[in-house]
Amino acid sequence: MSDASVSPRSFRGGLGKLASWDGIIILLTVVVIVAASLGVPNFGTSRNFTFLILDLMPIVLVALPMTLIIVTGEIDLSVASILGLASSLMGWFWNNGLSIETIIPLVIVIGAVLGAINGFLVNALGLPSLAVTIGTLALYRGLAFVVLGDGAVADFPFDYTGWVTGTIGGGSVPNVLIPIVALAIVFGIVLHATPFGRSLYAIGANDQAAHFAGIRVARTKFWLYVASGAVAALVGILWTLRYSSARADNGSGLELAVVAAVLLGGVSIFGGKGNLPGVLAGVVLLAALQNALRLQDVSGQALNIVTGTLLVLSVLLPNIVSSIRTSRQRRKLRQAATS
Amino acid sequence: MTAVATHSPARKVFSGLVKIRELGIIVALAALIIYTTTSQPRFLSAQSIRDILLNTAILAVMAAGQAVVVITRNIDLSVGSVLGISAFTVASMMSDNPGLPMIVALLVGLAVGALAGLLNGVLVRYGRVPALVVTLGTMYIFRGLIYSWAGGDQVNADELPGHFLQFANDSILGIPWLVLIALVVVGGVSLMMRNYRVGRELYAMGSSPGAAELAGIKVARNMLAAFIISGALAGLAGVLFASRFGTIDASAGNGYELNVVAAVVVGGVAVSGGSGTVWGAGLGALLLTVIGSALTVLDINQFWQQAIVGALIVLAICADRIVAVRIARSLRKRDSHV
Repeated sequence: MSDASVSPRSFRGGLGKLASWDGIIILLTVVVIVAASLGVPNFGTSRNFTFLILDLMPIVLVALPMTLIIVTGEIDLSVASILGLASSLMGWFWNNGLSIETIIPLVIVIGAVLGAINGFLVNALGLPSLAVTIGTLALYRGLAFVVLGDGAVADFPFDYTGWVTGTIGGGSVPNVLIPIVALAIVFGIVLHATPFGRSLYAIGANDQAAHFAGIRVARTKFWLYVASGAVAALVGILWTLRYSSARADNGSGLELAVVAAVLLGGVSIFGGKGNLPGVLAGVVLLAALQNALRLQDVSGQALNIVTGTLLVLSVLLPNIVSSIRTSRQRRKLRQAATS
Repeated sequence: MTAVATHSPARKVFSGLVKIRELGIIVALAALIIYTTTSQPRFLSAQSIRDILLNTAILAVMAAGQAVVVITRNIDLSVGSVLGISAFTVASMMSDNPGLPMIVALLVGLAVGALAGLLNGVLVRYGRVPALVVTLGTMYIFRGLIYSWAGGDQVNADELPGHFLQFANDSILGIPWLVLIALVVVGGVSLMMRNYRVGRELYAMGSSPGAAELAGIKVARNMLAAFIISGALAGLAGVLFASRFGTIDASAGNGYELNVVAAVVVGGVAVSGGSGTVWGAGLGALLLTVIGSALTVLDINQFWQQAIVGALIVLAICADRIVAVRIARSLRKRDSHV
């Protein structure tokens, strides 16, 4: 409908499609990176690139399952607390003499179980995911403090901490880019190239229709929460190794950055819309902006103003654009009716 | 006639269950107090009761506002940050102008909070952004603003005028001011929600936003009012916080939103909107505070507190669900007889 025709009206429509939300975000990301490289000292250095990737690692990894969950119209606010509890458990297991090769898979399994608890409450009992995950946000973070108190465990083996902070072949590409790329590909394929992924959009658009179309709605969403828990626990491990410090408050507040990045990437909070490339751009935009501002000596707490504003704008702006479009369409229809 | 017949038994079942809901909190409170007192009699000393009531007051004031918002099927996660902004604004104002009377401090706190609530309400209603997203965003924006304003500074008790600090300890007819304010707020908002038109309209909006709009309820005005009430009461809580603790830095009230939401949900206000009472939320605030004190008195690791809060939220949501399922079943049973 929008292509091939040369009439000015459809041309405008085509432009409108080109200027879709994730197109804008990808463009904005490029603009921010170029502007920061030119304007902010030290932003464009290879050393800063390494830090940038390390800084966005937790956000991007947690954002992958979060995207799938938000596409189905649900949410998981407990991810940062699962991260913290995973970190605490890692420290506690290490203090109790378990080997790191045992701890890592064990903690990921525990993360999956924590996610399964969310999934059970939301899908088997039919409780609202927002309220449930606010509850488990408090519960899991509380348990993290119960496990480790306010102390820290820091003597993890250098083989592992060094790998997380290290770069591939000693260059400027950090090792953690390997799990990031691997998981992004896995989640990308699941969401965009499998029937399972298509079913997530169907659930998000209308879960009753999806149910009548033969999709097992509750079971599908349950596994998303399990994946979310497992990935959050993996990030807890990477976080702990990166800072060589297992603490109960690790990653607290990360859920804001993750939800902001996902919504910024064009995923609709109401479900049924969005794609992974947009989310990746959203993560990079958020991380590049924070990184550039931090290099300009803006404090971490003030950065939250930027993150919070982006979060609100990412939903507000598309709403404003769409309401302008509908009012314009209405006016056009009215004109057509009167003439 | 038939309309009355179909409605009244359902309503009876419903109100019966709601009564049980708030009765449950009272029973839990009584059991907790009895258990704690038998193992540590000093739990019921005058000083301890006074501390519990003073600590409940601030939480209960915020819970009353949050209950109004949750009843309309929204949520306000920014209340902790609004408390912080209000506390810091009022504390700096009072330390610069020690001569100002207490009532000015209270009004400024209310105004700061109302302004923050108005912003939330406008974004939710006119921006059509879900309350979760708006208030998660403004929670960090407001907190960031306090940090960029205050930085590492803090207002200490010795910079604040004596009458401002005295307010938290003074009492009238043996009831501390803080507790009196909390009682008036919880009682007043309960009354508004129960007996006045705007309150019933807020319940209607929470039960079915679309139907409320079609029924001619001024949804926009009411929703703004709900967020302004929640903001203003968080602002008021900020003044009480500053007066009670004396030392205020940029982190004042950080994380309070969890306790407030917990108090409301535990107090029987359903997150799906349209049911629950404000005084139930006040009872929820009391229960949470008593749990905190009981942990201290029983010498249990303080770190359990947050985990218990989380577990209580989840339990309360499960309880709501069971009640809702039971109501649905009893309604269906009734319909089958018709």
